[in-house]
Amino acid sequence: MADEKIKKVSIICSKGSLEGVYPALIMANGARMEGIEANLFFTFFGLDAVTKKKVKKIKVATVGNPAMGIPTLIGAIPGMSAMATWMMNKKMDKLDIPPIDEFIEMINAAGGKLYACKASVDMFGLEKDDFMDEVKKILTVGEFYALAAGGHIIFT
Amino acid sequence: MATKQIAGKTVSVSEEGYFTDPSQWTREVAQAIAVEEGITLTDAHWKVIDFLKKDFAATGVLASMRRINKTGGIPTKDLYELFPDGPLKKAARIAGLPKPTSCV
Repeated sequence: MADEKIKKVSIICSKGSLEGVYPALIMANGARMEGIEANLFFTFFGLDAVTKKKVKKIKVATVGNPAMGIPTLIGAIPGMSAMATWMMNKKMDKLDIPPIDEFIEMINAAGGKLYACKASVDMFGLEKDDFMDEVKKILTVGEFYALAAGGHIIFT
Repeated sequence: MATKQIAGKTVSVSEEGYFTDPSQWTREVAQAIAVEEGITLTDAHWKVIDFLKKDFAATGVLASMRRINKTGGIPTKDLYELFPDGPLKKAARIAGLPKPTSCV
């Protein structure tokens, strides 16, 4: 059984920081590149990654992120997060990792399916029109589980 | 490393079937590998293969999906239709190029 190929993954993206969003996108896209069926379910602040008004404004968290190596008080200085984001985006562009909005389009073109979480959409007072066209549907958690049936679920 | 008999030629390939000596690649060999992958090569496939080979010759690395789209002008959606279930891996193998090493 260990050698059996993964056929389907359903990835939940729950965070709205740059470092929170990218792993989900890279894993979903990577799945499609291997011929694995991929669903992406955006919930809570993860919704920002597919919200038209927010997608271009996603930033790296420089506060409360010990791995950054920046003391919290320095990370809190205005402009720190923007600068860290700028630096990271530049590095990613070199590696041919697209900006989030382009990545969403790419995953959709690759046949990955994107969904928004109903509870979060209601909580933030959003509507289907607030999301990028690539978002197929707003799903309840129950519908998400039905969709994920028979595959693996990955929470990020 | 292993060798493989294909289209009347002996070629060196990696364990996963990627060419280790690009000079052994011919268009006939590409046709035969494509058949193994269940693909019948059309002009649209050749456009991808030719771009990958030209780009590899120029840069020394296999183009990413994004580069095939942005620089090669081939939409991502088309790539998935031409080379289903693993477009970059299949296209690289058919083009006689190394296995993709990038995560994107």
